[in-house]
Amino acid sequence: MTIPSEIPARIARFAPTVRVVHALNAIGFGLLTFTGAAMYGAPGTQWVGRRDLVRNVHVWVGIFLLLPLIVGLASSSGLRDDFRRLSRWSAEDKRWWFKSKRTEVRLGKFNPGQKANASFTLAALLALLGTGAIMKWYSPFGDDWRTGATFVHDWTALALGLVVIGHIYMAIRDRSALDGMIRGTVPSEWAATGRPRWYSEVIQASENDASDLGDSR
Amino acid sequence: MTGPVRPEDADVTDYVGLLDVDERLGTRVGRRIVLGLMGAGAAGIIFGRPIQEKTAQVISGVPGLNQLPVGGRWRIYTVTGGLPKRSQADYSLRIHGLVDEELTFSYEQLLELEPTHLTKDFQCVTGWRVEDVKWTGIRLADLLDAAGVQTSATALRFFSFDGIYTESLTLAQARRDDVIVAYSMLGDDITRAHGGPVRLYVAPMYGYKSIKWLESIEVTDEVVPGYWERRFYAVDAWIGNSNGRNDNPV
Repeated sequence: MTIPSEIPARIARFAPTVRVVHALNAIGFGLLTFTGAAMYGAPGTQWVGRRDLVRNVHVWVGIFLLLPLIVGLASSSGLRDDFRRLSRWSAEDKRWWFKSKRTEVRLGKFNPGQKANASFTLAALLALLGTGAIMKWYSPFGDDWRTGATFVHDWTALALGLVVIGHIYMAIRDRSALDGMIRGTVPSEWAATGRPRWYSEVIQASENDASDLGDSR
Repeated sequence: MTGPVRPEDADVTDYVGLLDVDERLGTRVGRRIVLGLMGAGAAGIIFGRPIQEKTAQVISGVPGLNQLPVGGRWRIYTVTGGLPKRSQADYSLRIHGLVDEELTFSYEQLLELEPTHLTKDFQCVTGWRVEDVKWTGIRLADLLDAAGVQTSATALRFFSFDGIYTESLTLAQARRDDVIVAYSMLGDDITRAHGGPVRLYVAPMYGYKSIKWLESIEVTDEVVPGYWERRFYAVDAWIGNSNGRNDNPV
């Protein structure tokens, strides 16, 4: 493989659509966490109160939470590409979980921890949506299912909350990765060392683009 | 299949083959995770109730774990921005409307009346239930008799000193022996969170009928739906026979 004459200091990681969807999802999830905690028990139920208003905000934000993701998937090939990468695990990804084998692994755009996080988060959001719908539109369901739905909703929310805290902690610890989501770019060096296979892909693609331009001239 | 496989990207560690080179061509582990967790969630909806009841029994004795999502414990609700506060000294209960004589009771005066003791469950319409709660108060029927209900009256309206919450009962419901104006619960004065110093306890109905921070009772000639009743909750809120629920009656 030829080394390009000029390696850029930063390379693009997340498309604008991906970042907007992520931001809207984060805002929505923040509102749901706040209103959910305020309905769940002490101290939120007492400090925030306003049960009727809080419930309505929770329900409406919940209904529309996945809308940005759906619109984004329909309109952005960049988001579809990320979605696909997050859902697919290479044989190398599977080896990554064994610390002793990690040195042999050249990662793609995401590490397997990020992939597991994305899958869990999507599953949890869908479970919260489904159980929340049973809690809100309860008439067709008996007590057993309503209690079961509340049970799943509460525990899933707790688990997802912990996972999101972990997600934020990891992002703060790795400023370059965080930059990828906030500014859209990451330092080339970070990509070359942390995500070498994805880095090669990006460099290759930019070279191809450059030679395509050359041909058309 | 999109995403080209790039042989030049392969290196000696790619001993599993070239298909491994592009991460977009890996196995669909993400889909399995999502579908598996959705299956677990569906199982949780169906079997969650017995699991929750077992967990509640185990956890109830362990301090610090009582905030976990299990049933069988109090959850404090308020429809305003906080818990209203009124001391026993400042407290008074007014009975007005279609009565022969408008009455106002201080907290001390309520304590002088003949008390009724109940040990009964508290069932919330959102699903949780606290068993064998001790309640002490005055039968609502006694207070109504003291004021003298006029013949045109059919119902009651209850007002909370939180300034927003209201509830209703028919006269027949209000005269039951298990409907009391309570000043003690759980073996002690009623705390601010539980609606103290004085609240209503309507044993056979869902918790939203047992108005907290009770300030006044108006005798009316028709049922005026209360706060949650205007928000699609049943007006006749019998436990196990309303709001689409079949809990054991109290």
